[in-house]
Formats: sequence, C-alpha cells, structure tokens
Amino acid sequence: MAYSNKVIDHYNNPRNVGSLDKAKATVGTGVVGAPECGDVMKLQIEVEGDRIVDAKFKTFGCGSAIASSSLATEWIKGKTLDEAMQIKNTQIVEELSLPPVKIHCSVLAEDAIKSAVMDYKAKQGAGAPLAETKKS
Amino acid sequence: MKLPIYFDYQATTPMDPRVLDAMLPYFTEVFGNAASRSHAFGWKAEEAVENARAQIAAAIGANPKEIVFTSGSTEAINLAIKGVAEMYAEKGKHIVTSLVEHKAVLDTCKHLEKNGYEVTYLTPEKTGRITLEAVKAALRDDTILVALMWANNEIGTLNPVREIGALCHEKGVLFFSDATQAVGKVPVDVEADHVDLLCLSGHKIYGPKGVGCLYVRRKNPRVRLVAQIDGGGHERGMRSGTLNVPGIVGLGKACELARTDLEKDAKHASELRDYFESKIFAALDHVHLNGDKDHRLPTNSNLSFKYVEGESMIMGIKDIAVSSGSACTSASLEPSHVLRAMGVGDELAHSSIRFGFGRFTTKEQVDFAVEHVVAAVKRLRELSPLYEMVQEGIDLSTVNWQGGGTH
Repeated sequence: MAYSNKVIDHYNNPRNVGSLDKAKATVGTGVVGAPECGDVMKLQIEVEGDRIVDAKFKTFGCGSAIASSSLATEWIKGKTLDEAMQIKNTQIVEELSLPPVKIHCSVLAEDAIKSAVMDYKAKQGAGAPLAETKKS
Repeated sequence: MKLPIYFDYQATTPMDPRVLDAMLPYFTEVFGNAASRSHAFGWKAEEAVENARAQIAAAIGANPKEIVFTSGSTEAINLAIKGVAEMYAEKGKHIVTSLVEHKAVLDTCKHLEKNGYEVTYLTPEKTGRITLEAVKAALRDDTILVALMWANNEIGTLNPVREIGALCHEKGVLFFSDATQAVGKVPVDVEADHVDLLCLSGHKIYGPKGVGCLYVRRKNPRVRLVAQIDGGGHERGMRSGTLNVPGIVGLGKACELARTDLEKDAKHASELRDYFESKIFAALDHVHLNGDKDHRLPTNSNLSFKYVEGESMIMGIKDIAVSSGSACTSASLEPSHVLRAMGVGDELAHSSIRFGFGRFTTKEQVDFAVEHVVAAVKRLRELSPLYEMVQEGIDLSTVNWQGGGTH
C-alpha cells in the first residue's frame, strides 16, 4: 500500500507522543478502539478555562491510525473544547489523503477527541458545579 | 548491502541463475511445440519436457509418468480436488481438509460444497498442526479425499504427513497434499509418505513463475481424475493446453537443485533463522512464536511482537521485505485465517510478522534485519497505549474496550 507523504511524515515524526497525568482534574483522557480490531488510540487533553493547552497521544494501529491521532493532537492544541468537538473525520481524511480502507482510522481519531473532551467534562461535572449552572 | 532486503521467501523466490541458464535456449533456439510429432523441433521440445518430468519425479520419489504439468499450484489444487470429487462422486461426496489450508484449497472446497459435496474442516492444534487422531475421527464411509498441506505457508508448521498418508491408505481414502512450501526444504517422498496426489510450484523453489505440477499416483492405488480443462488431450488427457516448455525446463532444473541442494539449503536457512530468533528474543520481551517450534520448516519464522500492530511494524522496517498476518495488509481486511484457526487471538494476529530465510539470505542481511526490527519494535512500543498499560500492570483482557475499529 502506498502512503501519502503526510502519513509517512506523521509516522516518522509523530507529534505530541506521550501521556498526561490522567488523575489530574484538568486532564481529559479518551481511549477508543480495541486490540482485537488492530487499533487502539489514547488521546489526552489538558484544559485551562475552556481552552486545550496541551494534547498527547499513544496509538496501537497501522501507519494511518498513528498519523490520524498525531494530526488530531496537533489540531486541537490551542482550540476551545467546543472547537475541538467540531473536528470531523472527513477533515482528517482530506488532510492525510487517506484511502477508503483507512477511513476508520480517521473516525477513531474523531472519537478519541470527543471521548477525551467528554471525560474532561465529566470530571468537571463530578467536582465543582459547572459555571453555567450558576448563571441566573 | 543492497536495499531493500528480501525476507519473504514464502511468497516467492528469486530464480536461481542455474535455472535461468537451463531455460534460456528454450525461448529462442529450441522453440518447438512438444506436441508436434512430425519434426525435430517438436521432438527436441518433447525431449526437454520428458527430461524435466524425470527431474521432478526424482525430487519427490515418483515415476515420471505420474507428473502432470500445470500453470502452478492453484491450478494443480483445483485439478486434484475437483478432479477426484467428480471422478469418485458415486463412491462418496465427503472431503476432509483443514482450516489452515491455502485459499486455493479452501475456496475449491467451498465451490464443491455448493455442488452437493460435504467438507469437514479440521481445526488445528494451537501450533497449527493437524493430528492423526483428528483425521481419523473425521473419516466416514463416504469420505473420498483427505486434502492437507505438507507445510503451512504462514507459520511453516509441518503436518504428520507420513502417518496421515498411512491412515488414508489403510482406509482406502485418497490423500492429496499441497507440498508447495515443503519441496526443497524437507524430504518429500510420495512412496514412503503414502501420498496419492501432490502439488508443487516453480516459483517457490527458485524456479520460474507460472509453472507447477500435480503428481497423480498410477498404482496402489491408481488415481483417476476428471480433467478440468478440455482441449487437445495433453498430459494424458488430464490437462489440455500446449506445454510451457521453457517453464517446464525451469521447473525441472529447480526440482533437481531442490533435491541435490536440500540438505545444504535447509542447514543454511535454519542456521540463519535460529540465529535471527535468538537475537530477537534476547533483545525484546513479549515476543510470541506462532507455529510449532519443533515441527517447522527451516526457512520460516512467524513472530508476533505484542502491542505493536503489524502494518505499522512493516512501515517501520521498510528496508526489509516481509509480510504480516495483520488485517491491514490484506485486501480482505481480515486478519490471517491461519492464526485465527489456531486460536492465537486476533490481537496477536494483528501483531504477527512472517520472516522467510532462503538460499540467498546472508548473515549480514540477518544482522541488518535484527537491528531494524528491534529498533522499530522499541519505537512503536513507546507509541503504544497497550504497552504502556501492560507496564502499569493492567491486564488487557479485563479492559472494557470502547467502540473499536470497523473490522
């Protein structure tokens, strides 16, 4: 299979590899996929206010899966939570020129972003009441 | 060292220069049709074909008259299984094979199932081996054929062919063995091993592509087949079509070398393979050997590098030509049916890499492969959330995985 240059670049130089402290209240963690399917992505965000100030990932999967998650971390850094939730897998497909058989990699990356944001929101909800609820 | 390096000898092999030299005159100078009986051009071609037939027969302990030329193993498999099924349909319509056969066997059997035949697909042991007991238990009064591979193309596991052959002869059931991966690597003797039908292919044994043959036993018992290709009645009516003379000459020479160089080739490959594995296991933890360590081709090493997905691994060792049981590298998006049938689990199947060692593999190449494989595994494990979880002491089998791929 031939890979696009962007996939190869992300594979060779993955951005933001690593882990954040998942116990921290300001960190949201998303783990999606399953080992028997050949893809597992872990994507983490660190949030200040409503803005993502840091993002890290680790991926078990093919080159396209690694590239999709690497690109996702690059894109969400500096974005607000709402903006991050707007990222669509089709944008990842386009940016990386993924062939049809690799579209599921981009779906997984979108799911990983959403899952991390939800985890962060759940943590916030479980702690102090959300700012919105205080509004009159 | 020339890059990339070839470690995929199970897929195909480079042609031995000695084979090419033998073939060359038959493209230009000796171009006759082996079926032309009226002139010297035809006689010379026929002489070359008969010489090749004898070389092939000698390599597998057969009589030259028992060799039927085909375009390769897939055609030979179709001829053997369909040909027997149609010829012996009145005797019975039950065939025994296994889940780890090559697709050429499995798809041919599926075709027969649609036409009213019954097929029993034996499940192998965890090592990929089919036991004598499993075959014995599957035989019925209406069983006409047992079709089992000599050696598996993915994991290199060797079946107890001689025992299964003896059982089949005792029970009066025909025995076909796909020896595509076995010839030239382990001794093959259709008499001692009680085989009635056997196929082999040129391009797996340093010969040309597009040529192979089917061995069809002529006595004790005499095997009869219904031809699958109709035409001029070549090959004693079993396979019509003008003979591929240069290809057949190449197959003959390749078989001669497979016979004369067997011990040397096997020793060379197994020494390099064992050296490779010892280096890999010393440098990396969580590496799983797929197959049967003791009953294995000398040329094969199928390893699962846990927590590293196969396709990303292949990307990471781009100067080494290998293949993977990972779904992502196959057109079907399914992980290896062989590893699945062995019950190694899809997770390990996704992490499997098959290395092949052959006549032209050098120690220098193996050292290069070890260095690059180890580096790629280490790098990809740094990227692997599964490896991280295992380092944290998490048992992956207890994790409730969310969502998942679309496989």
